[in-house]
Amino acid sequence: MSEIAAASAPRGIPARLLVRGAILAGIAVLALLPLLNQLPLGSALRVSDFTVSVTGKWICYAVLALAIDLAWGYAGILSLGHGAFFALGGYAMGMHLMRLIGPRGVYGHPVLPDFMVFLGYRELPWYWLGFDHFPYAMLMALLVPGALAFVVGWLSFRSRITGVYFSILTQAMTYALMLAFFRNDMGFGGNNGFTDFKELLGVPLNTQGARAGLFYAALALLAGSLFLCRHVVSTKLGRVLVAVRDAESRVRFLGYSVTSFKLAVFVLSGMMAGLAGALYVPLVGIINPGEFAPGNSIEAVIWVAVGGRGTLVGAVLGAFSVNAVKTWLTSFAPDLWLFVLGGLFVAVTLLLPQGLVGLFRRRAR
Amino acid sequence: MARALLLLAFLLAAAMPAAAQDAFLDALPGLAGGFAAQAEAVERLGASGDPRALPVLRALSEGRLLKRDTAIILNNADAATGQPADAAGAETVRINNRVRSALRGALGRLQLVSANPDERLAAAESVFRSRSAENIPGLEAAIARESVPRVRERQELALAASRLVAPEAAVKRQGIAILGGASSEDARALLLEARNTNPDLLPEIDAAVASIDARLTFKRAAETLFQGLSLGSVLLLAALGLAITFGVMGVINMAHGEFVMLGAYTTFVVQEACRGTPWLLPWSLPLSVPAAFLVAGLAGAALERGLIRHLYGRPLETLLMTFGVGMILQQAVRLAFGAQNREVISPAWMQGTLSLPGGILITQNRLWVIVFALLVLLLAIAAIRLTRFGLEMRAVVQNRRIAATMGIRTGRVDALTFAFGSGIAGMAGVALSQIDNVSPNLGTGYIIDSFMVVVFGGVGSLVGTLVGSMGLGVLNKVIEPWAGAVLAKVAVLVIIMLFIQRRPRGLFALKGRAADA
Repeated sequence: MSEIAAASAPRGIPARLLVRGAILAGIAVLALLPLLNQLPLGSALRVSDFTVSVTGKWICYAVLALAIDLAWGYAGILSLGHGAFFALGGYAMGMHLMRLIGPRGVYGHPVLPDFMVFLGYRELPWYWLGFDHFPYAMLMALLVPGALAFVVGWLSFRSRITGVYFSILTQAMTYALMLAFFRNDMGFGGNNGFTDFKELLGVPLNTQGARAGLFYAALALLAGSLFLCRHVVSTKLGRVLVAVRDAESRVRFLGYSVTSFKLAVFVLSGMMAGLAGALYVPLVGIINPGEFAPGNSIEAVIWVAVGGRGTLVGAVLGAFSVNAVKTWLTSFAPDLWLFVLGGLFVAVTLLLPQGLVGLFRRRAR
Repeated sequence: MARALLLLAFLLAAAMPAAAQDAFLDALPGLAGGFAAQAEAVERLGASGDPRALPVLRALSEGRLLKRDTAIILNNADAATGQPADAAGAETVRINNRVRSALRGALGRLQLVSANPDERLAAAESVFRSRSAENIPGLEAAIARESVPRVRERQELALAASRLVAPEAAVKRQGIAILGGASSEDARALLLEARNTNPDLLPEIDAAVASIDARLTFKRAAETLFQGLSLGSVLLLAALGLAITFGVMGVINMAHGEFVMLGAYTTFVVQEACRGTPWLLPWSLPLSVPAAFLVAGLAGAALERGLIRHLYGRPLETLLMTFGVGMILQQAVRLAFGAQNREVISPAWMQGTLSLPGGILITQNRLWVIVFALLVLLLAIAAIRLTRFGLEMRAVVQNRRIAATMGIRTGRVDALTFAFGSGIAGMAGVALSQIDNVSPNLGTGYIIDSFMVVVFGGVGSLVGTLVGSMGLGVLNKVIEPWAGAVLAKVAVLVIIMLFIQRRPRGLFALKGRAADA
């Protein structure tokens, strides 16, 4: 993509360098936020706690958007269930955080989280074992979404379920998971989910330091994801994926195993979404089955569409801009937000198929 | 002597000679006497089977009955004559434990013959639960007089239960035989209970339990089937429009659920409009059907001509765009009508339950929804098979360019087809307003299931939609009892995924050129 832009960039400065510079500048500005948060109250440059945690949340959303863009923008796999991978990663982290509460719960049980005591559990269910170790929980935040993506992807791609069929199937998947996680007897806290977290890696969560740490962790994840995606799409793998997007049967007839390529990128994308969810949960302090709602997944898709699918910067840009508008509108005119969001769906698909990035490119030309 | 005097006084007061033969009037004054006389009077009142005795005895047991000399006063009226009587100066009739126990029996017996069928039913229920052989004669008398079938059924069960605890084996056998003919869980539990106390009657009891079990299994299967068909008909209604817009046109319309919702709100608006003219009100539901078809159809035509037309050939974008439209529609309705549920009343002919032989209960409105769904299906099939519009539609589906060269205005056909599918969604909304809450997010709950039906049944096939919806509905209800509603949904989803492995194009796949599209 950037090669095309480079050819038409004005006055000799390669557009590729411009984009890279913009990304680095953006990351640098974001990295400043927690530092500015340390300034004394009343200082003109001070950034509020709210801004830091909201921006941290957006960074996680941006990673989710990247994950969706990798599958949709490059391989043409539109998943309407990426919120499920995000939420599963979040639940893995939530389970770790719940275990860390230990005997400090309301009921003071040494092992069981409050909701289990309340529901009359005698001992920890087997699938909760090991979640008291941070590395294990992180591994699960990667593996569980990855495994789900593998199973759903494998079942779908091998029987050549493509396009809207796959979209609907993934939407049904996240819907079914939402219903399942709403149940109390699943052992995941029912509709209350997990909350009241105390600490992570020995740091109490409600401190400025913890907030800054999580913020930088999310930022590092975003930078890492951008780097990884850049690598994926600029190598041969990325070329094949784009070919699959544009002419799937032709790629298959050329002897490529389309199923494997699609499956690989879908699993990678699901894992990225899972990690984003895992960082999201300590930032917002709660995870509940509402995260599985099909609406969430489709909203994430529209971030990518608004930013510009098929460009990695676009996904990040879209996640930030749409969520900025959402945060602003839901406090000023909550009734208006759904109109604006719905309008975005219509406007972007009809008028701006390349999203904001496409708009900039056209201006540049 | 006292009674003779009372009678005389009474005769004078009421000037009603026939009263001498009236058991009620005869026994009533006894209540004003001593405890022994009271107990006797209560027994006789209970035996009289007179409906007038019930309120008197009830008042007596609740301490509300008053007396002045020998006159009994109930609710400021003389209980015997019904004439107004001053409660001032009257004293409360007191009773002791002996009278109280007599009262309990008498009340039960009187309720069995009360004028109110609900009260008789309740009495039969309490006799059933008390299980005493003493109730047998009273129940037999009551059954002989009973005319309401559902009360009679309950009384017979109570009689059988009472017989089961009778001392004589022959009477017990009678009871077992009758219980074995019933098909209720209660009868079964009763027999199992008797099994422990009557070792000599084991073969009879076991045979009776087995026959109940057989009937209960059948009843459960029939009810599951009905529930499944009911759910299936709802899915059919929601999916039928989708089968046309998605299946036939290849346009994925995520706002489909919102068209269903528009139909439901149209029903509400029509009903409110009919409120002004009372004779029209019972007809508001039938009137809503064409109204909802028009409203949703027009909305669909506007959506197709205004927006979807520009996105043909880009299904993923269409999906996102229509999702946005659905969001806007939902929010608009929420602002216009409020977020809370709106109530749509069912006409009288749709309410109540239908009781089939074998104790199978069927809710009428669900039955009507099944009938309605099938009618709509027939209508859709007829429109596609028999009309000029249907012919043009099929032609455009099969080969758009050749259809255009033959002089078919494909754009107009597209708009009409989409309007037709959306209109059917609107009619689905009318039906759903009868069994679900009319709220702005009414449609969201059905949209995913409907897509599943279309994919399962085979895209582009209305018969496939019928089989798919009914199949999924029944499957859901069959799994539900042992897995719970949520896991049933998850299981159905997994089954569909596995099914698609075998037949990627659904149950009824289109053959030929159209299938390659």
